[in-house]
Amino acid sequence: MEVKFNLNGLDVIYHIQPGEYLLDSLRNNGVKSVKKGCNASACGACTVLVNGKPTLSCSVLTASIEGKKVMTVESIQEEAGELSEYFAKEGADQCGYCSAALALVVHALKEENPHPTREEIDDYLVGNLCRCTGLQSQGNAVEKYLGGKK
Amino acid sequence: MKKNFRVVNNITPSVDGKGLMQGRSYYTDDLADQNSLIVKLLRSPHAFARIKSIDVSEAEKVPGVACILTKDNVPHVSFTRAGQGYPEPSPHDKFIFDEYARYVGDEVAAVAAVSEEVALQAMKKIKVDYEVLEPVLDFEQAFENKSVIHPEDGIHEMFPIGFDPKKNVAASYEMEVGNVEEELKKCEYVVEDTFYSQAQAHAMIEPHTCNARLDEHNRLVIYSTTQTPFHMRRIMSKTIGLPVEKIRVVKPRVGGGFGGKQAFHGEMFCALVTLRTKKPSKCVFTREEVFGSTYTRHPMRITLRVGANKDGVIQAIDCRALSDTGAYGEHALTVFMIVGSKVLPLYNKAKAVKFGGQVVYTNHVSAGAYRGYGAIQGNYAVESIMDELAEKIGMDPIKFREINSMKEKETSPIFEIMGEGTEGTAMIMESCKLPYCIKRGRELIEWDKKWPRKEVGPHKVRAVGCAIAMQGSGIPFLDMGSCTIKLNDGGSYMVTVGATDIGQGSDTMISQIVAEELGTTVDKVIIYSSDTDLTPYDCGAYASSTTYVSGNAAWNAAQKMRDRLVREAAEYMNVKVGSVEFDGKIFTSGEKSLSLEDLATNRLYNQDTRQIAVTESFHGHVSPPPFMAAFGEFEFDTETFEYKMIKYVTVTDCGTTINPMLAKGQVEGGIAQGYGMASSEEVIYNDKGKLLTTNFDVYHIPTRHEIGELVTEFADSYEPTGPFGAKSVGEIGIDTPPAVLCNAVYNAFGVRVHHLPITPEAIFKAVKEKK
Repeated sequence: MEVKFNLNGLDVIYHIQPGEYLLDSLRNNGVKSVKKGCNASACGACTVLVNGKPTLSCSVLTASIEGKKVMTVESIQEEAGELSEYFAKEGADQCGYCSAALALVVHALKEENPHPTREEIDDYLVGNLCRCTGLQSQGNAVEKYLGGKK
Repeated sequence: MKKNFRVVNNITPSVDGKGLMQGRSYYTDDLADQNSLIVKLLRSPHAFARIKSIDVSEAEKVPGVACILTKDNVPHVSFTRAGQGYPEPSPHDKFIFDEYARYVGDEVAAVAAVSEEVALQAMKKIKVDYEVLEPVLDFEQAFENKSVIHPEDGIHEMFPIGFDPKKNVAASYEMEVGNVEEELKKCEYVVEDTFYSQAQAHAMIEPHTCNARLDEHNRLVIYSTTQTPFHMRRIMSKTIGLPVEKIRVVKPRVGGGFGGKQAFHGEMFCALVTLRTKKPSKCVFTREEVFGSTYTRHPMRITLRVGANKDGVIQAIDCRALSDTGAYGEHALTVFMIVGSKVLPLYNKAKAVKFGGQVVYTNHVSAGAYRGYGAIQGNYAVESIMDELAEKIGMDPIKFREINSMKEKETSPIFEIMGEGTEGTAMIMESCKLPYCIKRGRELIEWDKKWPRKEVGPHKVRAVGCAIAMQGSGIPFLDMGSCTIKLNDGGSYMVTVGATDIGQGSDTMISQIVAEELGTTVDKVIIYSSDTDLTPYDCGAYASSTTYVSGNAAWNAAQKMRDRLVREAAEYMNVKVGSVEFDGKIFTSGEKSLSLEDLATNRLYNQDTRQIAVTESFHGHVSPPPFMAAFGEFEFDTETFEYKMIKYVTVTDCGTTINPMLAKGQVEGGIAQGYGMASSEEVIYNDKGKLLTTNFDVYHIPTRHEIGELVTEFADSYEPTGPFGAKSVGEIGIDTPPAVLCNAVYNAFGVRVHHLPITPEAIFKAVKEKK
């Protein structure tokens, strides 16, 4: 079947199998920045934004995004680059497998709540697991990034 | 030797941090051929069974099936999946496919098909006739059990490791310094206790993944999420009978390893599928497979007896351990030995030390390498019993550690006796700031105000606990790293290293070392790592070796390059070598000067053209341990026994921190992972040996909600044998949380929890038993 949606500002048509999930559709079509970690809505590595909302692409049927706007990290390149500088200063990046998804979640948080408290940051990011860092450093980086202080 | 560093010991962003956050797709599965056959594995539903026959005839008829592999059509050569030095200290007790299935999830057949759907459909049509056998699911019942897990012929040890498969023993070990029994008799205070640590899952976010293809020379190219590409090439060559020169292993970006990727998982299957079909193939483990069919940490039972004299000085330590290696003996002996060799030397005042026991097979998921590698199990037991002994003596646990622990310029006889499955190497602690780490940590946690506990609410208490730890820096005389540096036109450097960046940041660390020595900046260093065709050898990312071993190799290479550049410049300027100075950009000799850029251009395009390149290696003669003192504060609910981490303070001596932020990341990431083991993580099976913890919803790793405030400091320290004074820092962070939490629980409730994880239920039960 065919699904039309907007991917990172461009209208696209994907030819999919019924029952196909968005994560697989995106990766099959060359969008490899979206990662498969658990395939069970539990790790957050496959996060994309659907109409601006963080969405776990491993558990969204591709058919259901007809007519919607999907954003992956490709659409926030500059922002992701800037965020990475804050991560570097805090010792918050390691393997990078979850980084692109985190950048998207931080983007969504900024849109929804530009001045979150630390607790709100940790709550918003809690679904994005990280096994490499101590997690605190990522919260610090996001807090400083959203607070605009280097 | 101390100096003012420009690049090392300065905050430097990871060389790949920005690109990866922007989504650059350089992980293994991102690089798979789009036309890859999909390889899926048929796995045993039984914990222990003999495969009487496998019928694949119906499966082969499914349209789109390219190849099915079973024990009937693959080479039958025993090997170990463990990526370790050769000959390996792990028994060769694994076959690509075998007559026996030894745990629920063990591989029985591989199906390669045009799609996952077809592969799964075909898999259902494979008929396996199993003779179900009685499994061994309790490791304390494994020794001489009537069920023998490895009855097969053709398995062997590579050198004596106490391998006795007919008794379900994968390895065993005994050592003694002095006479423990005699010393214990003389002791004023003796404590004895037993501790159990559980199987822990690595739970790296990127699953184990590999893919294979044939290149234009018909050579086999494997992309793998491996920590040990060179070991992978060697083991694959010997096992499938393909010469080393026909195999290339490439390690792209890796999404976390922690020891779990120091092994083969899907690679042997993809290799055989691609060699037979001539088509590219890939095997991406599902999360259920990562949990159920890769590795766990070795569960252990550790019994200690420790005695001290009337002054509180430890005289004797007796440590007996039993380790569960699961279905296969990967890392069985070496993990076991580290329980002793990287924990007991901390208490080097002891006149007698005894350590020993067995590593047994069970019908569980195979245990393997896992960050900490025995040290975390040992640390939980040793650092818990040290609190018990301090209390018996009536001494503050910190003071007790201060008088008993390792100091600079001291040694321990254990270093010489215990090595990596063999004898060890004597060494003096040239750098050991442990006393400072303890003192500073005590201040940072405000121990004197908080120990042992404080009431903070109607049914809330806060309690503190402490532990000290050590690790190593690579394996002396065994681990080797190497580095090639070549000069590019423009005056930048191409650096190729075998060192394996698995997310810990070794590419960045090595770039900094090269940039520091060559007087340049990290942006002038292009680094490429871990490709058996294109980079020089390195043993891989394990044993806390990368900063020390691979870092030293990079430092050696950079020093050699500096010398070479100076000689080239002297020749060009027609001056004596000794008169040339080089600041990283300009060579000067008296009035004459020459830029690096001009030298590079000249040597590539103009006069006496030649490629300026050097290669150097390093292997250690010692393994200088990093040290740490750790202090945790937790808030406990005295009614529900729930608790949370308030603060975790660590002060670490890892010598010079080459990259202070990456070092902090290593320590804090280790603490989070160790805290998971201490508090919540446990691999659980049902009574038939079937794994129940198969995904993150049931296997709980610490999230942003569970980690409290982390205070991470480093001691001012310089290791004279390390690159720019550095030691390792990759593993030590994980070691302390189980003991710190256990000691804090004791300080809160007066009960000791003897098994991990320390859940509220476990505390409740201990409190109830006490009453």
